[in-house]
Amino acid sequence: MSGHVEAGPTSTGTATAGLVPAVAAAGVTKRFAGGVVANDRVSFDARRGEVHALLGENGAGKTTLCNILTGLYRPDEGEVQVNGSPARLHSPHEAQRAGIFMVHQHLSLVDSLTVAENVVLGWSRHRGLRYSPRQVEAEIAEIAARYRMQVDPRARIWQLSLGERQRIDILKALYRDATILILDEPTTVLTPSETEQLFSSVREMVAAGRSVVFISHKLPEVLAIANRITILRKGRSVTTVDAAGVDARELARLMVGHDMPAGRVRRAANGSGAAPADQRGVLELESVCADGDFGVQVLRDVSLSVRPGEIVGIAGVAGNGQRELAEVIAGLRSHTRGTVRVDGSELRGGDPRAAINRGIAYVPEDRMGTGVSPSLSVTENLLLKSYRRDAPHAGPLLMMDRADTQSLALMEQFDIRTRGPHALVRQLSGGNVQKVVLARELSSQPRVLVAASPARGLDVGATEYVHGVLVDTARRGVGILLISEDLDEIVELSDRIAVLYEGRIVGIVDAAQASYEQLGMMMAGAA
Amino acid sequence: MNTDLIVAIVVSAIAYGTPLVLAGLGELLTERSGVLNLGVEGMMLMGAVTGFFVSQQLGGPGWAVLIVAMIVAAGAGGLMALIHAFLSITVRVNQIVSGLALTIFAGAVGLSSYVGQVWGIGGQHGLHQLNRVDLLGLGELPVVGPILFDQDPFVYLSWGLVVLVAWYLYRTRFGLYLRAVGESPRSADAMGINVTRYRYVHTVVGGALAGLGGAYFTLAIAPIWTDGLTAGAGWIAIALVIFAFWRPDVLLIGAYLFGALSSLGFTLQAHGVQMPSEFFSSLPYLMTVVVLAGASTTLARRRIGTPASLGVPYAREEG
Ligand SMILES: Nc1ncnc2c1ncn2[C@@H]1O[C@H](COP(=O)(O)OP(=O)(O)O)[C@@H](O)[C@H]1O
Ligand SMILES: [Mg+2]
Repeated sequence: MSGHVEAGPTSTGTATAGLVPAVAAAGVTKRFAGGVVANDRVSFDARRGEVHALLGENGAGKTTLCNILTGLYRPDEGEVQVNGSPARLHSPHEAQRAGIFMVHQHLSLVDSLTVAENVVLGWSRHRGLRYSPRQVEAEIAEIAARYRMQVDPRARIWQLSLGERQRIDILKALYRDATILILDEPTTVLTPSETEQLFSSVREMVAAGRSVVFISHKLPEVLAIANRITILRKGRSVTTVDAAGVDARELARLMVGHDMPAGRVRRAANGSGAAPADQRGVLELESVCADGDFGVQVLRDVSLSVRPGEIVGIAGVAGNGQRELAEVIAGLRSHTRGTVRVDGSELRGGDPRAAINRGIAYVPEDRMGTGVSPSLSVTENLLLKSYRRDAPHAGPLLMMDRADTQSLALMEQFDIRTRGPHALVRQLSGGNVQKVVLARELSSQPRVLVAASPARGLDVGATEYVHGVLVDTARRGVGILLISEDLDEIVELSDRIAVLYEGRIVGIVDAAQASYEQLGMMMAGAA
Repeated sequence: MNTDLIVAIVVSAIAYGTPLVLAGLGELLTERSGVLNLGVEGMMLMGAVTGFFVSQQLGGPGWAVLIVAMIVAAGAGGLMALIHAFLSITVRVNQIVSGLALTIFAGAVGLSSYVGQVWGIGGQHGLHQLNRVDLLGLGELPVVGPILFDQDPFVYLSWGLVVLVAWYLYRTRFGLYLRAVGESPRSADAMGINVTRYRYVHTVVGGALAGLGGAYFTLAIAPIWTDGLTAGAGWIAIALVIFAFWRPDVLLIGAYLFGALSSLGFTLQAHGVQMPSEFFSSLPYLMTVVVLAGASTTLARRRIGTPASLGVPYAREEG
């Protein structure tokens, strides 16, 4: 072969420039404590001058894979190759020396330091002890100008917007002259115009011969920026495709898989016994808007109704407003516009006690933090809501005997397995903790149950039990809003399925007829 | 008040403030890395007792003996801090518990008192004491002479250390990395900074400085050993770090303020001012309470300077 084909850093910006991949994972397996196999023999390779997308739902193993590429985790099996040869990446430092830099989903910035200080963290262009702010600031200004980024090197991180912060993390990579840049879901925090800016920076970087590994679960984005796409599903790399040769429909199908796993049935298919469609909803939301933790609007005009005895599933990729939606209904977050009605009359926002009094029960996603008080006993946790006037324990004194008797009954009813009512909740397994939450919430005879990822992290048996409780509860006429990222769970249990994407309900479908492909398209913003 | 009295107050403020400067700087470095060390008092006592013991045992020229004694005292403090580092960084036990345990273990009724008895140095009169050195021959100048130019070597050392620590923190790469580790260990880790190493090094150095601060009592202030002679200086040093918003320059001023309060009683008495001595000896502790209470409220509101990860162990979430 002639020695003329050489893909130097400046030679070209096309995807086929490098014959040897810049970075590759070969049969990477990573297991976590508790038996989770986050990566199962994953392989992919990114060429020089290429944007290579890793596409997959939440929990598909994208972040884990990248943490392995950057030396944060070590693979249990398989290896990482840089420029064709096996690389020893035992720390982020070694990965940086090999030219790999990752912009983490939760950004790696120190809030109280300046932009310049953050950029030189762990790696400086200058040898020696001294840190000269002025010199670094000048270098940063120069890089920023070259890549047309607006950056004030003296600003402190906490003064910047999320989009600006991300730019600083990318700047770090450029300052280090990284040849392989990994972006983990970079657009989740960006406005559309910031996303456009990011994309033009990315294009500029690959044009200069760098490689970008772009992680996302949004189809339009991936199609817009990537040269090739590797799809991850449940820890496995399904396939790698050329972006030019696929459409959103095909990608959605690859991403969420085919259809219901064998042996599971859709509850909706057997007729669920929900109230007829013309009956008034027990929970109704009308054009509800709400802001997220950073003050930006995350719920936009959400309208929804749950009838007695009905399970309405909220599908969507995490971070599209699910948590905020649950919190608004439970009274933990005020809505900025619209109305929430229970049994036809309006519910005041931001008042959890009002929500409880109106019969709203809440099984939060954050089980240990919001759901229970881990250092209290089972009995004490079951008592937490009994300040209500109609509760058996009204009054200032705790009748521990009566409480224990009652909690023994609940433990029996909900199959909570512990050494007794005085066991501390933090000593229980995840499934038993969730049963404590369900027991407390359902013993108050609610009208509405909001359940957020109720089976997350539970083993098969506990998951089945929790699902059974939800179905029984619906049968007794309670309206259930089931929020979950697990599409199988949603399809299996729901009567109707609403899909949240970027804070909007992009569609409501009948669960008996819903296809995975259609739901996947809506979840990825492609419908 | 006459000038003499003021000079006397400042000079004794510096004398009593110097162990606080040393131990405070140590705690400042430790806390900047995100580790809270409540064992300072115990480490000071161990420094005081081992330093004194070595100075009583060794022969040779006085200055050499004192230098070796200081090094051994720093080593004793550093060794104890190593235990704290191991417990709080590697084993990740609660840092408050580990620090308190070390103070109790080494404290006035613990190890320091025990080795003092075993070594039999309790009633001894010291053979060596650090003297004032008139470095530039300017000690005779009015007012500034006795304050700036006629101090013992510990004091000059402490001034040098304040400058060094400030320069290290704000003008060197490693100081920058240290601040990052204390603020956000996860980010620092992702940037390739060895969080564990930074925490270990600064905890041990912090303990060594506490040991040195303790040795100041037995090698400079008064060459005798009695159980618990640091009398809570370690706790004051911890309060000082908060008072100083984790800044070495403010810490120096704060230490002298506390030093002035500690010594005001004697100084005034020596100059013929009559006041109940109990009142004066309680002043520094009263001030500690005020500072801690005040700082915790303003800190709660604005978090000035507190290293964000202070007291929180770090582990990569790898299973
Ligand atoms: N540190 C960890 N310990 C245990 N399990 C983990 C850890 N990190 C991730 N997981 C699990 O591994 C799987 C893949 O997670 P992740 O790589 O974060 O997915 P993605 O980035 O595609 O959303 C998930 O089931 C997640 O719960
Ligand atoms: Mg992820």
